Amino acid sequence: MTAIPDTSAPIARIDTGKQRQARITGIVLLGCAVLVALVFLPDINGSATFRLSRPTDRFPIGNLVVPGGPFLYAATAILAFLGARQFLRGGIRWTSLSLGIGLAILVAAFLVWATAGKAFSLTGMLQATMVRAVPIALGGLAGVLSERVAVVNIAIEGMLLAGAFTGALVGSLLGGFGGLFAAVAVGGLFGFILAALVVTYRMDQIIAGVVINLFVLGLTSYVSSQVFAEHRFLNNAPVFRAYKIPLLGDIPVIGPMFFQQNLFVYGALIMVGVATYYLFHTRMGLRARAVGEHPRAADTLGINVYRTRYINVTLAGMVAGFGGAWFTLGAVGRFDEGMTGGRGYIGLAAMIFGRWHPVGALAAALVFGFADSLQQKLALLNTPIPSEFLAMSPYIATIIVVAGLVGRARAPAADGQPYVKE
Amino acid sequence: MSDTSIQELMQRRLIGRSELEDLIVVPIFAVFAALVLGALTMLATNVDLATIGQSYIALLKGSVGSLNAWSETLTAAAPLTLAGLGLALGFRAGLFNIGAEGQLLMGGMAAVVVGFSFADLPAVILLPMSLLAGALTGALYASIAGWLKATTGAHEVISTIMLNLISYRLLDFMLRMPFIQKEGRADPISKSVPEAAELPRLLTFVDVNLRVHAGIFLALAAVAVTYWILFKSKIGFEFRASGENAEAARFAGIHSSVIIVAAMATAGALAGLAGANQVLGVLGRATPGFSAGIGFTAIAVALLGRSHPVGVLLAGLLFGALEAGGRQMQVDAGVSIDLIGIIQALIIIFIAAPLLVRAIFPWGFARQKGGGPQP
Repeated sequence: MTAIPDTSAPIARIDTGKQRQARITGIVLLGCAVLVALVFLPDINGSATFRLSRPTDRFPIGNLVVPGGPFLYAATAILAFLGARQFLRGGIRWTSLSLGIGLAILVAAFLVWATAGKAFSLTGMLQATMVRAVPIALGGLAGVLSERVAVVNIAIEGMLLAGAFTGALVGSLLGGFGGLFAAVAVGGLFGFILAALVVTYRMDQIIAGVVINLFVLGLTSYVSSQVFAEHRFLNNAPVFRAYKIPLLGDIPVIGPMFFQQNLFVYGALIMVGVATYYLFHTRMGLRARAVGEHPRAADTLGINVYRTRYINVTLAGMVAGFGGAWFTLGAVGRFDEGMTGGRGYIGLAAMIFGRWHPVGALAAALVFGFADSLQQKLALLNTPIPSEFLAMSPYIATIIVVAGLVGRARAPAADGQPYVKE
Repeated sequence: MSDTSIQELMQRRLIGRSELEDLIVVPIFAVFAALVLGALTMLATNVDLATIGQSYIALLKGSVGSLNAWSETLTAAAPLTLAGLGLALGFRAGLFNIGAEGQLLMGGMAAVVVGFSFADLPAVILLPMSLLAGALTGALYASIAGWLKATTGAHEVISTIMLNLISYRLLDFMLRMPFIQKEGRADPISKSVPEAAELPRLLTFVDVNLRVHAGIFLALAAVAVTYWILFKSKIGFEFRASGENAEAARFAGIHSSVIIVAAMATAGALAGLAGANQVLGVLGRATPGFSAGIGFTAIAVALLGRSHPVGVLLAGLLFGALEAGGRQMQVDAGVSIDLIGIIQALIIIFIAAPLLVRAIFPWGFARQKGGGPQP
């Protein structure tokens, strides 16, 4: 997916590259410090109250009260320290960690500033974070599965959209589970098509992905305006309700986030676990990774490179199809044109952020989900920042993440290259 | 498709049989196969055969059937060609720029702002100034992605997609700024462009409703300039060298960072011009989403045109015809214009995978020699 760090260049060259990255990280962090000091600090008054439990909870716990002024001074100081350290020393080892901590502090400072003098349900936001992370996590997981066999998968966006569409259509006819299975099947079909285009017909992988996205967007928009507009019953699917897991769901804060959710959240968590086991602890997974790192060597050892790619990219499509069904069967029950709104691409960024590891992709997706739900909740808090800028924040975060981490996270060695059997 | 200019090009170049097939035969088969599959899609969604025939007739009539149809085709083709040229130039330099949509929005916005801010200036100065503002803003917006790639290695596909998404929000925000928003309106809409900044319409003396405007000359000039940049200038050579083999280009002393930023900026300038072309020639003001997906369709145009300026022009005309005909199709046959999106995507699939077309249509091609795919 990314510019592959060229190993042929001398070591010194790589080091200067990393130092430059550390410098840029430093500048970003210093910028954050200035932002907190100049924008947030001047008009802070009172403390921010974060509600950690709801009145209906079985084990209610108290509210978290953060004094606004002192917290922001501390945040500025830490950000300035981290930034200066990165900028001056070029802390090569800690760049991404510093960036992560810095961004987390920035978000916390922002939250404290926005809630100062008011109260705000943190638990509710965390719950929304998990929900909104689902399509991004599944998109990222689909990316991991296909890029581990060296197939760049830009088509995730289209697969999500296809899953959403199929979920709505078949879900309206056969009910929720029918729709879900159909969405997974159609996602798998598009995975198979992508594999066929890039493995058998050796089409450029990025072009193939973009074209699948265009095609799915055209097809779903066409059917939705040609058919759904007249026959509304075809676009009226049942929605999977949240199911609270006994006992675990009662844990404060964590319970509502992980254990009072619908099928899609549980499905995503299980899939991340299964995918991790599959990729790193099974023979099939080892073969898949070998194909992604060095297809010729894998071929020499008798692994069928083409078949491995077909299987894994199809699996990736099925995962993305499941994630796509979230948009309709897990949220609103009806399909709208282009409703995925770039989540597939954010999923790709989550994959890079998560270093091509399923758990990493999930963690990154949670960060994006947090930004997403933050933007929703902040509309309620009446901040002076225009809502358009809040809406941009996940995308800006994605750019920073992709720019800040590339070169530090290593893509599978053969990523994006077609393999021609001799 | 087999236009005289392509034939001239081929005679001059003396290209081989298989390249001729790639340039002429594959696109013809691709368009044909896409239309057939489009018809099958309509069949699958319960459109009867008579309506399908009617819709394809409407497609033809609406694209080339009358003077008005030609005018609409050329109007739609101009921005597609401009943005497509930018993308093609990026492809030649090895950059897969998906950000034309955002660059187009930003460029168009800048052109509108300059247009109504200096409304007193005469057209001779104001029009070029607005166009230039569009091009420069597009170039600046695109070079963010170029700069990120050059300094950090951030992949341009992700960053340009993100810049697209950011540009929608930015546009919404700007359209509500008191300085830009039309007086007395609550919805996001900009002030209108004064007549002096509008691209003049060409055929109003025949019929006032003919929309074709001077933007087509802009597009033609851009084709020539892009051709010159790519094939006759030093920097164009460096673009192509980096695109063919970045490693070799670096050893030849080409500064890859400079090339990346320059290529992105040039591509952005062309996309920005496309945006300016839309607001100054067709719309007269900026509204949310005024780009109408041109930036994405332009990707298809650049691919279909094989990243060659003349090819992009022809592809732009074809896709412009599809857009114009699609509108007629929606009116005459009641088939949604979204069908055109499907047909366009299918054309690209077949174009970008010549092996697939060869597999589907075994006739019409010379026997392939054994030993792998064409380069």
